[in-house]
Amino acid sequence: MSTGNHDAERLGELLSALPAVPAAVVTAAQELPRMRRELDRIVELAEADAAFRQALVDDLETALRASGYEPNRIVVEELRRRFPA
Amino acid sequence: MEGAPDAIDAALVARCRAGDEAAWSELVERYSRYVYAIAVQAFRLSAADADDVFQECFVRVYERLGTLRDDAAFRPWLAQLTRRVCIDRLRAGARDAELDGEALAEEAADELYRLEEALAVRDALATLPENCREILDRFFARDESYRAIGEALDLPAGTIASRISRCLGRLREQLEGRIPIAVES
Repeated sequence: MSTGNHDAERLGELLSALPAVPAAVVTAAQELPRMRRELDRIVELAEADAAFRQALVDDLETALRASGYEPNRIVVEELRRRFPA
Repeated sequence: MEGAPDAIDAALVARCRAGDEAAWSELVERYSRYVYAIAVQAFRLSAADADDVFQECFVRVYERLGTLRDDAAFRPWLAQLTRRVCIDRLRAGARDAELDGEALAEEAADELYRLEEALAVRDALATLPENCREILDRFFARDESYRAIGEALDLPAGTIASRISRCLGRLREQLEGRIPIAVES
């Protein structure tokens, strides 16, 4: 990668080329390991508890909230895939 | 974290693979701007699509990190993965299902090159003292005014321009290898 010819204008342009990302988006990605653990716990619970499993199928987000889990996008998509309505 | 970018990546990837969540957080932080900029600038996705692409990329990275053959090659691997996710997103939203992925990648190539160069500049920026990192990031990447920067950093607004100029000089020297890379304890 060439990094030559760095006049001030060019440097400013390159610094501007990578603007900050919305903090919530970054935080959600940083929390992936925690979300994966949470997902595993929910799946384990659903496999052991038929009523909870049915509640997930009937209304996924409400069932998650009722069980104390925040239904974030990644967890919801994965659960929908595993427990289709 | 200091050192050559590839070596930093390799160390972070190894720690991530060992289950170190702080390393994962650092890896996401390190590459968040790059991934987002590929989506928004190279492939011109909307903010909403870029958010989705961003999450999808890091989900794939998290799931597939074990398949990376060379930890030091993380950056090109991530770039390739991000390009694929962007093209998939454009295809999913296109009326023409036969959207040509290669043509899209070709159109984005110049911008991708520029973003790689920008990433090299950010690597150099990361080696500068905190006051320079802060002021250059606020002015160029966060698009803050002299006044806003002055208030945030408790500096007279009249000195901001000269500080930016000095810090750009240090950044240029760093890129051209004139000063040794600072080592923070």
